[in-house]
Amino acid sequence: MIARYSLRFGALGYLAFLLLVPVGLVFYRTFEHGFQPAWDAVTNPQALHALWLTLLIAAIAVPANTLFGVVLAIALVRHRFPGRGLVNAIVDLPLALSPVVVGFSLYLLYGTGGWLGGLSDHGIKILFALPGMTLATIFVSLPFVVREVVPVLREIGTDQEQAAETLGAAPFTTFRRITLPAIRWAVCYGVVLTTARVIGEFGAVSIVSGRIEGKTETLPLYVQSQFEGFNTTGAFAASVVLALIALATVLAMRMFRPREGVG
Amino acid sequence: MASSPAVSVPAPGVVLGRAGGALARGIAVCYLSLIVLVPLAALIWSSRSQGIQSFWDEVTKPEALAALKLTLGAALLVAAFNAVTGTAIAWVLVRDSFRGKGFFNAVIDLPFALPTIVAGLVLLELYGPNSPFGVDVAFQRTGLVLALLFVTLPFVVRAVQPVLLELDREMEEAAESLGAGRIAVFRRIVFPNLLPAILSGVALAFARAVGEFGAVVLISGNVPFKTEVSSVYIAGQIESDNPAGAAAVSVVLLLISLGVLLLIGAFRHWRTRHDR
Repeated sequence: MIARYSLRFGALGYLAFLLLVPVGLVFYRTFEHGFQPAWDAVTNPQALHALWLTLLIAAIAVPANTLFGVVLAIALVRHRFPGRGLVNAIVDLPLALSPVVVGFSLYLLYGTGGWLGGLSDHGIKILFALPGMTLATIFVSLPFVVREVVPVLREIGTDQEQAAETLGAAPFTTFRRITLPAIRWAVCYGVVLTTARVIGEFGAVSIVSGRIEGKTETLPLYVQSQFEGFNTTGAFAASVVLALIALATVLAMRMFRPREGVG
Repeated sequence: MASSPAVSVPAPGVVLGRAGGALARGIAVCYLSLIVLVPLAALIWSSRSQGIQSFWDEVTKPEALAALKLTLGAALLVAAFNAVTGTAIAWVLVRDSFRGKGFFNAVIDLPFALPTIVAGLVLLELYGPNSPFGVDVAFQRTGLVLALLFVTLPFVVRAVQPVLLELDREMEEAAESLGAGRIAVFRRIVFPNLLPAILSGVALAFARAVGEFGAVVLISGNVPFKTEVSSVYIAGQIESDNPAGAAAVSVVLLLISLGVLLLIGAFRHWRTRHDR
């Protein structure tokens, strides 16, 4: 009995000390001087631009990774082809690789002297602009939809798909009427995870963006620049916006998680 | 030929048909190449074109080497710590019952959802110079480890939880009825069943800790030879216009990531073999 209680309070105390207290503090520090300064700090043009840029990148990266994530999952589970194991490994790589390395690789590829560095001579600006930041974000958030959809595709098997085909359904109809309804919750969960990662991405974007204030600064970059500029109110107010998005994400994760993790 | 579900060998492609299958493969491979492979190839090419000697010189520069040692040491420490706390938390969430369990279960995902720079900012505020508890670990290795513990918390918990849920209680009951003590039951029955999941979670946590940037950049203070980790070192080399140094250390981190992924693949294989 004592062992059980000490384990329970040890585990919960650790969670509180490491997770809850810090997140609670963001809200406390932001609103300790009242609501108005915090509101002013997130509605100034620079902060609003950062928020808008963050949402714009999310609006490109999330659909791209959802669409290609589903295609990748189908290719990995339903088709055998040479190099399938390799593709499988590459899909996981962004989970294990430092975002700084991701950002730097893009920096080398599209920078001066890089293989695709010539694009900027033709007026196509990738680095220190929206395309580079979007590419970096897509890279780091690539695995989430694939990783959620693959096990579900495996579990549902191919019986129904084959039945549909036998009854004369065209391949795309089979996908739309049979496969898609079966994987839709996994796709939703993957989208939630992707969105969280995309909105919070810092390391990769900080390398490729050049951090030009009011131009290539996303909300996480804004938090850092405000903090380093000793505007802690601004940094915390922007953090609250990001923390609220994170809390909404956690709630959405609870809703979409395929199986409840609590016994 | 009816194929049974939950078999890892895929049946011939039905979805999207044969031509569509080739198309899906083509799109998948092109997308991966464009987004992931070409940039990484550019990285490897750039460090290779410097020559092996210059690559080695950059990696073994005292500051780069100190950062690399600190990164690996901190990541190992954090991964080992997570193996214990993560398993304990998963155990409490699955086997114990108390009010607010659903809430604590949801909270585990917070480090996945919270942007890393926000995590770094609050940890600095909480355990830095302005700490309300009077604990100041900012710009010290303790602060670095704390930030890494925050971002890696979910990995082991989320890997162990489903396995623990599906674990057959009958085995434990049989052992208990045969007179095994609680510790013996855990050590001989539960732990061996959880081990592959624990190891996969630990490996992911390790990889994450090796590469972490956002959460550590504020609280560690980035003091060379003391609290500067490799990812921060790379960012510094880019800013001080030494791409060769950044590329060399980046390649080392890339190799570590690939190694960890290989290990996780081996654990996964081990687990599925156990299931049969």
